[in-house]
Amino acid sequence: MLVERNWRSAQGEIDLIARDGDWLVFVEVKTRNGTGYGHPFEAITQSKITKIRGLVAEWCSVKHIFGARIRLDAIAVLVSSGKVHIEHLKEVF
Amino acid sequence: MPVTKAFCVSLIGLNGTIIEIEAEISSNLPAFVLVGLPDASLMEAKDRVRAAAMNSGMPLPGRRVTVNLSPASVPKKGASYDLAIAMSILAASGKTAIGALDGWIHLGELGLDGAVRGVPGVLPALLAAKRAGWTRFIVPAVNMAEAALVSGVQVLGAKALVEVAKFHGAEVVAEDLVSEIPHLLEESNGHLPDLADVIGQEEAIEALTLAAAGGHHMLMVGPPGVGKTMLAERLPSILPSLTFEESLETTALRSIAGYETSTNLSMKPPFEAPHHTASMTSLIGGGSSLPKPGLISLANHGVLFLDEAPEFQRPFLEALRQPIESGEVLITRSAGMARFPARFQLVLAANPCPCGNFSAKARSCVCGTTTRLSYMSKLTGPLLDRIDVRLFLQPPSAAQSALAKIGAKEVGRSSSAIRSKVEAARDRARHRLSGTPWTVNAHVPGSYLRGMNHITAGARKLLDKGLDRGTLSMRGYDRCLRMACTSADLAGREIITDDDVSFASMLRGGDGAAKW
Repeated sequence: MLVERNWRSAQGEIDLIARDGDWLVFVEVKTRNGTGYGHPFEAITQSKITKIRGLVAEWCSVKHIFGARIRLDAIAVLVSSGKVHIEHLKEVF
Repeated sequence: MPVTKAFCVSLIGLNGTIIEIEAEISSNLPAFVLVGLPDASLMEAKDRVRAAAMNSGMPLPGRRVTVNLSPASVPKKGASYDLAIAMSILAASGKTAIGALDGWIHLGELGLDGAVRGVPGVLPALLAAKRAGWTRFIVPAVNMAEAALVSGVQVLGAKALVEVAKFHGAEVVAEDLVSEIPHLLEESNGHLPDLADVIGQEEAIEALTLAAAGGHHMLMVGPPGVGKTMLAERLPSILPSLTFEESLETTALRSIAGYETSTNLSMKPPFEAPHHTASMTSLIGGGSSLPKPGLISLANHGVLFLDEAPEFQRPFLEALRQPIESGEVLITRSAGMARFPARFQLVLAANPCPCGNFSAKARSCVCGTTTRLSYMSKLTGPLLDRIDVRLFLQPPSAAQSALAKIGAKEVGRSSSAIRSKVEAARDRARHRLSGTPWTVNAHVPGSYLRGMNHITAGARKLLDKGLDRGTLSMRGYDRCLRMACTSADLAGREIITDDDVSFASMLRGGDGAAKW
């Protein structure tokens, strides 16, 4: 169940926030046109992950959500020759 | 995803350990984690494997790849694990047939383009794996000749990663692995310098022949230009060819040292002549973390020639004593220890003094006695004790060189003629020493020699007289007897006569360096 999308703060943006049962899921979505510059997931670096963790904490304090079970996922969207290929990794960070 | 395994060999010296390479692909962000005590050079395998797989048309999955090298306690070094790591990952990502890697050992370095490159140490790695019960190997195609020396195993040669993947059931277009084995074992003694080139020096050639026949260590002292180096370089030409086992051992050592061993299995005894500035590590063996063989091990079953011996560092000359005794050297480093064979025949050449002219005919020495003694004292008593043949060379006379000029070469002076004499003498010695741990006279200890009874009473008396008069020490007695044995072997006699003893005492020289 989608909670929010493209939530922004001064620090950055969370692409998707969703609820999966009693899990609160924060999702980073990466889109690439072809793998010439590597797989979309390869663009999610350690510094990106650190940034998202900060954003998650910020979102929780803004929304007054405490003690939730939090999960971070990544979704890769690969567009090649008109076809869209989607991969979903759960609990990545 | 399942955990897959590929196998490789880690070499410490000539001993190998089978390394199990496990790969796991987990649903996580892309990463390549290599664990299990890899050193810096092996850590670089991550980037090589990633690029090689990509350029072979089988990119690594965009997931977290964990590769574990087991047992983790064995230090691992170098690029020869690349192929096994890549195959393990390809198997984990489901590219190859299930279980296809079982029973195979993969060795090889990968290029970024996916080519499989040659690695050092293929021969000892295969021998070690064979001892551990492994019989199927994939090696770099350029190392096939070396790998083929191991009998009773199946060896395939790879030029590219994609070929190995195809062999293990991947759906890719590639050539087949190379299976034909280049035939080796060629006898080549053709390019060695010949003893017939030496002018005069009959006595030296006799001494050299005796040294070759008995495997005796040798010291030649003489003024510059007298032919010491020339004689020493011709020693390999009169030594018998190596046996298959000896050659295999020598080739394995050269392989670890990273020498080119892919062309043929050389049956000719190695000849190593290091310069006197060479470092201790390069001569004895060593290395930063994993021990590597030094030059004395590369001279195994051959000749170690030290020209200008007193110029070598004293610690090196002293370090030779132990390998001379035991025929091997134990190298210990942080990452492990290795025992390398080092059964060489030592040939030393030296000038008699710094100016070189001492006791040379018609040339006067300008060195003082102290200078001369301190020069020769580099060759210490304990080292000289281990050298049977000690020879003082004089320049050839005008008559000898005139004879050589008109082509009056003596019959039986060529290397091949002398070599057959040497071979016959060695056969005789081997026959006489059958049932003992020794094969050549030089290795026989004094206690055994003194217990022998095939010596004439006259010869025995001659030796005893020397002992009584004090001209022979007990050790000198043994050395005399040892060389007399070889002399009898050369002459084809069963019994040692007084002729043999006289010849031996002539070659023996004095008991200390102070003689000159």
